Amino acid sequence: MSNLNAKIEATSTNINPLLRACGLTCIREERVLFEALNFTIAAGDIVQIEGPNGAGKTSLLRILAGLSQPYDGNIYFQETPLAQQREAFHQELLYLGHLPGVKDEMTAQENLEFNLALHGLHTGSAEKTLSEVNLLGFEDAFASHLSAGQHRRISLARLWQSQAKIWILDEPFTAIDKLGVKKLEALFLQHADNGGCVVLTTHQDLSLPAERVKKVTLAYRFS
Amino acid sequence: MTQLSYRAAFALIVKRDLMIAFRHRDDIVNPLLFFIIVVTLFPLGVGPESTTLSRIAPGIIWVAALLATLLSLDRLFKSDYADGSLEQMLLSPHPVFILVLAKIVAHWLLTGLPLILIAPLLAVLLHLHESSYGALMLTLLLGTPVLSLLGAIGVALTVGIKKGGVLLSLLVLPLYIPVLIFATSAIDTAAMNLPYSGQLAIIAAIFFASLTLAPFAVSAALKVSTN
Repeated sequence: MSNLNAKIEATSTNINPLLRACGLTCIREERVLFEALNFTIAAGDIVQIEGPNGAGKTSLLRILAGLSQPYDGNIYFQETPLAQQREAFHQELLYLGHLPGVKDEMTAQENLEFNLALHGLHTGSAEKTLSEVNLLGFEDAFASHLSAGQHRRISLARLWQSQAKIWILDEPFTAIDKLGVKKLEALFLQHADNGGCVVLTTHQDLSLPAERVKKVTLAYRFS
Repeated sequence: MTQLSYRAAFALIVKRDLMIAFRHRDDIVNPLLFFIIVVTLFPLGVGPESTTLSRIAPGIIWVAALLATLLSLDRLFKSDYADGSLEQMLLSPHPVFILVLAKIVAHWLLTGLPLILIAPLLAVLLHLHESSYGALMLTLLLGTPVLSLLGAIGVALTVGIKKGGVLLSLLVLPLYIPVLIFATSAIDTAAMNLPYSGQLAIIAAIFFASLTLAPFAVSAALKVSTN
């Protein structure tokens, strides 16, 4: 490719990556967001995707999660193309987009229980999980009465129960207070140490040790 | 990780959709109210003679049912799309077919079933021929699920469009026409005390074809809409 649009700090070369992006190209509204993007994500990685607004961070995450199709290129999950193993991949995937996926008509606990059950997790400890995200006392409050940050917390609560290896999180810290961010970062680290990986976008500086965070930088490209 | 069985996943979605609908009752009441209003206005408009009314009753009931369903289609995927829960469903480790079918079944339980229950009462208002009641109920029972199934394809295609209302009607109404024709024809035939099993068989065929094929079309359409 003539112009390199993404530079990747590869800190470790892994033989058996969880996710591998191969020649990804994304075009939106006749503008090339990124072109021939290659990277691998292995167990234990925390990958932060950086770039200005409109650089294609969300598009990249959606492509990685299999929600959008790239214009060109392929994603491999454990060296097999995503399309060939949708259900096995979704079993190992937790994707949280910038919409929290919380229903106004249901209470905080019902929302969490539904999300857990939908992804095949036990719902028994939903109450305890809500206390992890500081929503104790709001279990029976309808989501329509809760704030944006609390909606975000309901959807993030799933992280504490998740057994999925791959976490793809689009701006997980939006509307979350400082203490909450600290707690989430500790959780990410713990998840990575347990053999999982985290791919996230955020405009905040992570306070995680620099050697643990891989960065993928997308530049804004003018067509 | 405990893997949910298909039946459990299906039940989970139906239960959730019913719960949301019962907490947001406008969604159930509005289409039903529309159905009742349209049907009760006709005797006022065309006059109370029982011969005219019983002649046009099958058409009125079916057209009103069709429009009431069209009115209710929007909520099938729209709110889930808007708050991100549709994405989460598409990313769950279950076949999209099961999830889509569950949502359509919930939609029918909330719109089709109430229409069927209230239809005989409205048929009395329209002096429907006595021997037509069986045909009316059977065609509604087989026909209203078709309306939900085919309508879901249209909603799935237009869910990403801001003002897709008109487009939705244009997409879906032509697909509804065969059901309308055969259903009213079956009821008319029954009024003449003739066998109507032929028309009923065709509606049943349309029902089973859409039951097996529509969820696939909806899944594909949703993937395009969320792309």
